[in-house]
Amino acid sequence: MELTLSDEQIERYSRHIVLEDVGVNGQEKLLASKVLIIGAGGLGAPASLYLAAAGVGTLGLVDADQVDISNLQRQVIHHTDDIGRDKVTSAANKLRAINPDVTVREFHLRAEASNILDLINDYDFVVDGTDNFVAKFLINDACVLGNKPFSHAGILRFDGQLMTVRPGASACYRCVFNQPPPPRAVPSCSQAGVLGAVAGVVGCLQATEALKSLLGLGGLLTDTLLVWNALRMDFRKVKVKRNPRCAVCGEHPTITTLRDEAAAVCDITGKPR
Amino acid sequence: MKLIVNGTDVQVSDGINVGQLLFKRKVRLPDMVSVELNETVLQRAEFETTPLHEGDRVELLYFMGGGCGTHAV
Repeated sequence: MELTLSDEQIERYSRHIVLEDVGVNGQEKLLASKVLIIGAGGLGAPASLYLAAAGVGTLGLVDADQVDISNLQRQVIHHTDDIGRDKVTSAANKLRAINPDVTVREFHLRAEASNILDLINDYDFVVDGTDNFVAKFLINDACVLGNKPFSHAGILRFDGQLMTVRPGASACYRCVFNQPPPPRAVPSCSQAGVLGAVAGVVGCLQATEALKSLLGLGGLLTDTLLVWNALRMDFRKVKVKRNPRCAVCGEHPTITTLRDEAAAVCDITGKPR
Repeated sequence: MKLIVNGTDVQVSDGINVGQLLFKRKVRLPDMVSVELNETVLQRAEFETTPLHEGDRVELLYFMGGGCGTHAV
């Protein structure tokens, strides 16, 4: 490693460094790592805060939206003063304030078929913090085609789920969920609600998976969908397998280039979404 | 017969298929779930033609969006 930690960094990261499985080498690895967080909202907020605090050297943030007052109940990276500000700007300010060691790259745009492979290309790990299924399938397909490990997560009401994908080695999101549900078949958080702290827990689990992946530690949630209900407070690990019929990572893939599924969904319903 | 649905023992009529189980569980839109039967994910078109057997392990996995939340689909 060419990096050496300064005295201040040794103090800042001391609780990592004393962990036998992390140590100075692990911390240097984190400082040299790059994570892309797509969606600076309910999941991306806690995930990015902990990744910045942990000293992940480069964080990319992708989001096209502005902060809305209804976000503040769970998107803890944004403050009341940030209403109306671009989410990536608001989030980047907080991340830099938490840890000046971190280089934050702001992408004020929506991840789409035309740009996502370029977006993910430079990163070691991708965190899916998006709110819609078109984006979730796009991120999955791009990470499979681009061979990037990533963390999928979803939240709704009092439920959360999480899965880590190592392309080519473990089941992908499409292996399990096949294709996006038709519009309106599944309620969104804005329609059905979500307990704010559920987003925090699940986003922190995504950050934990990212850090473990970067450090090569422990067992990832690969081939496993973690399903959590906050009311019963039960976490279940559901085993999932690679699907030989998967359209993107199966034996005869039909998805070999990316396209925006939104168009296809419009075609089926005949209505713009 | 006994099935294990999402980790819990459930008694159902003998010989029902996956589609009938979804109806019984009040899943009215099969598009809302992904069904794993004994660790293999089924295609949605197979729900009505896939019989269930004593001791089968069924996971009903739900789509969950969440995350940013300003422009949810």
